[in-house]
Amino acid sequence: MKYVVCVTQSPDTAELPKVTVEQAASGNEGVALITNPWDEYAIEEALRLKEKQGGEVIAITMGPEKATDALKSAVAMGVPKGVRLWDPAFAGSDALGVGKILAAGIRKQGDFDVVLTGKLTVDGNGALVPVAIANELEAALLTQVAKIISIGDGKVTVERLVEEGREKVTAPLPVVIAPVKEINEPRYASFMGIRKASRAKFEVWDAATLGLEASAVGADAAKVAWVNLNKPAPRSSQVVLIEGESVEEQVSKLAASLRAEKVI
Amino acid sequence: MDFAFTEEHKMVQKMVRDFAEKEIRPVISDYDREQKYPHFLLGRMAELGILGICIPVRYGGAGMDYISLGIVSEALEWADASVRETIAVHLALNSLAMLQWGTEEQKQRFLVPLATGEKIGCYGLTEPAAGSDVAGLRSTARKDGDDYILNGEKMWITLADVADYLLVFAKTDPSQRHRGISAFMLERGMKGLTTGTIEDKMGVHASNTGWISMNDVRVPKENMIGAEGEGFKIAMSALDDARYTVAAGAAGTIRSVMEASAHYANEREAFGQKIGSFQLVQQLIAKMALNYDISTLLWQRVGWLKNQGIRNTKETSMAKWFATEAAFEAASDAVQVHGAYGFSAEYQVERYLRNSKGAVIYEGTTQIHQILQAQYALGYRHDKPLRCELPAYDPDEWAREE
Repeated sequence: MKYVVCVTQSPDTAELPKVTVEQAASGNEGVALITNPWDEYAIEEALRLKEKQGGEVIAITMGPEKATDALKSAVAMGVPKGVRLWDPAFAGSDALGVGKILAAGIRKQGDFDVVLTGKLTVDGNGALVPVAIANELEAALLTQVAKIISIGDGKVTVERLVEEGREKVTAPLPVVIAPVKEINEPRYASFMGIRKASRAKFEVWDAATLGLEASAVGADAAKVAWVNLNKPAPRSSQVVLIEGESVEEQVSKLAASLRAEKVI
Repeated sequence: MDFAFTEEHKMVQKMVRDFAEKEIRPVISDYDREQKYPHFLLGRMAELGILGICIPVRYGGAGMDYISLGIVSEALEWADASVRETIAVHLALNSLAMLQWGTEEQKQRFLVPLATGEKIGCYGLTEPAAGSDVAGLRSTARKDGDDYILNGEKMWITLADVADYLLVFAKTDPSQRHRGISAFMLERGMKGLTTGTIEDKMGVHASNTGWISMNDVRVPKENMIGAEGEGFKIAMSALDDARYTVAAGAAGTIRSVMEASAHYANEREAFGQKIGSFQLVQQLIAKMALNYDISTLLWQRVGWLKNQGIRNTKETSMAKWFATEAAFEAASDAVQVHGAYGFSAEYQVERYLRNSKGAVIYEGTTQIHQILQAQYALGYRHDKPLRCELPAYDPDEWAREE
């Protein structure tokens, strides 16, 4: 089995509230970058699959030099190798463009059975890249995956998390899987992995290497543009102290208030 | 000059901070309240390599540098000082003393299981009547053939009831003061060796603090660390390592109470405003920010000196003195920022205040460090080279497996 895990960087979630609308629109959030938290579940699952039934794992990222840190995080967790896809022509790609570039990288690295990606990236929150990759690769797509039940004989069976419960589905390989956090608990980086990651060098594949026309990706090819961006208004809340002569009276008033507010 | 962490340091920091946040923070206040030692954390820290982080790989360690030891200490004390104490004692006072002073045979025998976490170490120097006055210790080690017979009592010993290997100091020549002290590695199970736990401390409730009693404990000469009469130097050099972790840990306390204070000051309203908008509250938080940076710069300087293999007794003493006093002040101010809620266990900052008081006493009281610094400044004190120095960090050598 060959597992390809797509990783990217995102603003540190603890610092996201500090990002201004202007910074977000410019694409440079001006805060510390970390490995997209959702990608850590994808990395962990790739490593578990490899540990359980053998095979290879490779990490792929798309981005300029600083994106190397996402690959290093993957190596520190135990992924043996990674590759970075970058060309100035890739700048400004929308989700479809990113999917096209990553799919080209996945094809370029050779055969593959399972592609794992974060379900979304915490800055754009589009959740479109896994869809775009699957579309480009003409592979099955399984999102919201909470458990990989079995994999082999050319197919994968998973449990998907849906609104009212879980569903069991089967898809042929190759497949693109976007897990949810219920799938596993990502491991910490190991010190041996950290030492390896700090010395790791990664190949960089540009548009020509990937066989991509520069005009097919990047800002000019983007079909989606952000025309307006707003921060959500702060939530307002109100504290009401419920008074009453007895506990029963207080509970009765509380229940009445909750009914009036349609909470119950 | 370079103030930036390396890639390795950043990854170590992320790893241990994640560990502290996910696995220590959520449970430690319960252990503190119940005054129980969280044994499960030893297993987890062993599994992750934290218990031997700066020990070379060939001795069972993780092969990281001494700055990483500071990073670990800061991150653990951010969650609770008691967990950092385990590192200060097991790793700094015991394992690093073995790395510095042990023979190759002793390193294979003691350091390897300590670094992997298979065995836990502690350090017994303080006695009921000898704290700062180390040379006044009364425990004795009498030569008897190829063995030594140890007698005496040790007090305020962190991990006394947890450790397997107990590095203790006793006088092989009671007629001498510090020149008569020798170091021995005791092993749990030796006849005449008993330990116990001290209850009802003011702070670090989730740490194990206890006593060691030696009643005619027969110790083979192979368990003597260093040469006869070299114990005082071993004890003091080990304290340099532990004081470093205490200083870095204190920075973790400051970071923790500063975060709690800033969060509370941004939530709590008084007189129609967030209390963070009041300048006197700002002053308290500003002081925490200043002291966090000073403490951090001081411990990181020591980490750098250790990596270079440069003697750092003076710089370590300064870092420990400043950072622990700053942490105590920050924790006290954090309680003040929280007002009456800070006085309650519900808001956690009181735990940091109780814990931080211990650190201005152990590993050299503030007053001892003031005397040391004055002696250095006045020219009364000069550190002489040691027979065995803590080895400088060499990344290739530390990563070597054989």
